[in-house]
Amino acid sequence: MTKSIMLVGVGGQGTILASKLLTTGLMEAGYDVKMSEIHGMSQRGGDVSSHVRYGEEVQSPVIEIGGADILVSFEIMEALRSLQYLKPNGKVVVNDFKIPSAPILSGKIDYPEGILETLKASAHTTVINASGIAEQIGNPKTMNIVLLGALVKAMKLTDIDWEKIIRDNVKPKFVEANIKALKAGMAAMN
Amino acid sequence: MKKLLTGNEAIARGAYEAGVRFASAYPGTPSTEILENIALYKEDIIAEWAPNEKVAVEAVIGASVAGARSIASMKHVGVNVAADPLFTFAYTGVNGGMVLVSADEPGTHSSQNEQDNRNYARFAKIPMFEPSDSQEAKDMLQDAFEVSEKYDTPVLYRVTTRLCHSKGIVDCYDRKDVEIKEYVKNVAKYIPVPAHVKALRVKVEERLAKLEEYSNTTPLNYMEINDSKIGVVASGTCYRFAKEVFGKDASYLKLAFTNPLPLKLMKEFAAKVEKIYVIEENDPILENELKLLGIGCIGKEMFPYMGEMTPDVIRKSLYGKYLDSIAYDKSKVVPRPPSYCAGCPHRGFFYEVGKRKDVMLNGDIGCYSLGFAPPYNATDIGICMGASLSMAHGAQKVFNLKKDNKKRAVGLLGDSTFFHSGMTSLLDVVYNKGNSISVILDNRITGMTGHQENPGSGYTLQGDKTEITDIEAVVRALGIKNVKTVNPNDLKAVNEALDWAFDLDEASVIITRWPCVLKKLSQADKEEFSGVFQSKCKVISDKCIGCRKCVSVGCPSIFFNKETKKSSIDPNTCVGCEVCKQVCPVDAIVKEAK
Repeated sequence: MTKSIMLVGVGGQGTILASKLLTTGLMEAGYDVKMSEIHGMSQRGGDVSSHVRYGEEVQSPVIEIGGADILVSFEIMEALRSLQYLKPNGKVVVNDFKIPSAPILSGKIDYPEGILETLKASAHTTVINASGIAEQIGNPKTMNIVLLGALVKAMKLTDIDWEKIIRDNVKPKFVEANIKALKAGMAAMN
Repeated sequence: MKKLLTGNEAIARGAYEAGVRFASAYPGTPSTEILENIALYKEDIIAEWAPNEKVAVEAVIGASVAGARSIASMKHVGVNVAADPLFTFAYTGVNGGMVLVSADEPGTHSSQNEQDNRNYARFAKIPMFEPSDSQEAKDMLQDAFEVSEKYDTPVLYRVTTRLCHSKGIVDCYDRKDVEIKEYVKNVAKYIPVPAHVKALRVKVEERLAKLEEYSNTTPLNYMEINDSKIGVVASGTCYRFAKEVFGKDASYLKLAFTNPLPLKLMKEFAAKVEKIYVIEENDPILENELKLLGIGCIGKEMFPYMGEMTPDVIRKSLYGKYLDSIAYDKSKVVPRPPSYCAGCPHRGFFYEVGKRKDVMLNGDIGCYSLGFAPPYNATDIGICMGASLSMAHGAQKVFNLKKDNKKRAVGLLGDSTFFHSGMTSLLDVVYNKGNSISVILDNRITGMTGHQENPGSGYTLQGDKTEITDIEAVVRALGIKNVKTVNPNDLKAVNEALDWAFDLDEASVIITRWPCVLKKLSQADKEEFSGVFQSKCKVISDKCIGCRKCVSVGCPSIFFNKETKKSSIDPNTCVGCEVCKQVCPVDAIVKEAK
């Protein structure tokens, strides 16, 4: 049975590294894996998403509407933007962190209120202060790995040797911080 | 060895394994990473950025005729630029195998149109391959080179965004040692004067007939027979999308060699199934061919002409609805439009030109495409690479026909786009005594596609130091007498340059010169732009009067708090370009070290 994981956020938040580690781990665990990302104008502060699918044999690299087992959002509003992709019984993991978009920054509109409440009312939602946790462990940029930790816990993928995956794929000076972040993310997902 | 590769990485690996010696391209989403990854095989493959796609294909033709397996890659619209050499090379044929990768964009994620380049294979009468995932994208390149050499023809290798930017597990092999063939002068083959062309023309048709036989017999085109009620005909990624939806409930005719199409195989398949769905993105090419064979099928009457044929689109078309999903109030979600980075050197120019009346601003392809959007609302039109300067010329000529005309036409493009096809446009302005204003936003790199070197940046793709083409010298050499180079972050200088150019009744060029904030600065950059991006700006809250002037420069580092009616600047993302500082009417913004 093919499983589908969707990671969403804002350009620059590190969704790409998180999905790279995720897909590498899944491959080494023996799954067939496909992943899809849309590049383009995303580095200009737009919304970004990575679709990861794994199982015995994966056909489409793209998750369809209503097809995701889990939605991991690196930003609050982005979770709501992509919620339609979640299965009715799917899970949401959301970073308790807001990034105002251009119309909000300019004071034209407000950052929408009550999104976490909407998420909780609509789906099995876990809110994680991944940005806060990453700051606490000393490297705010590891927020993406905190969320990866939460994700692998939620998807029961903890048997995979994620520390090795991090060691093999992250620059040596960031390895320890990333492993700490991964563990903190797993611990936060209880 | 198994690797997780994007389609683009897989194509690069395929080029390596197939013994390719020469590769050339111009960057363009979604094709860019193909050449970037080929370039990593520095010991084995010469990989070069060309100034444009036509030049890339021509260099690759030269390499092929000289005897080496050669590859060019580009986005779909790039093939329009390269079509001229392609169509005649289709007549002469190759020496070493030649493959042109066309990366199409169903869904227009980052493109100005959604043209279906499968039409080019038919139009140019050349064979076409359409891999469906990363593994095939790598493996079939080997077949493509063999077909190119055996049938003496360039090959179109057609992929789409979803293949280019999706990863899959790929089995990798060693590089095949392919000898460089001997070059033998052969004017009857390579000089397309009418006397030779007549013979070559016959050869093209004979070749197509032989290729149709190949198409019917190659294992790349095959049937998967499951249930006989429903048959699906699909090529490329559409096959994967269809299989996701139909699964084992349908039989498939999976096509990967798609020009010429395997008519015999299509008839055979049709005889085995009751009802045929054709799943293809954009044009009804497979569908029309089936119908010409008298085979009834369901295609565009059910599935859309535009966009991607992803599983949800297929499902909605077939069953009238998506999979069950969560219903919720979507109105809370506000848009997140792309914006210029903090410190982007385009900001200052658009801020100033956007304020002017009686301007028609002709834009081009690059990050500056965003100049039409709020808060600048500056650009009027954008068509294709290099069009800005020539469109402005034509527009100005027409505006000038009106009595007492005040309307000024400005053309605007970036450094890489100027090298791509803006130089000939500027020559048009000079030669035809135009008086439009041409602006070159020189940010020292090819920005939009992710920072590729270009003739102005001083380095080649494979890291060698090279000549830096001096844009101002080129402009002057073309015959432009009025040239000004300004720092776009200096709003006064930008304004003065615009005043100066608007008052001239002959052609003028303004060059704005400042590096892209995301650029990895070269030594030359560090010397020229000393201290760049090393500071930040800050709002002195007590002085801020809440006028929102700073907000109007459209910087993502500036936040206006509606409650306190004060602006603030994010110290982490600000790089101290000072554009906001210059528009503040009360000097509430100050600069400090980072």
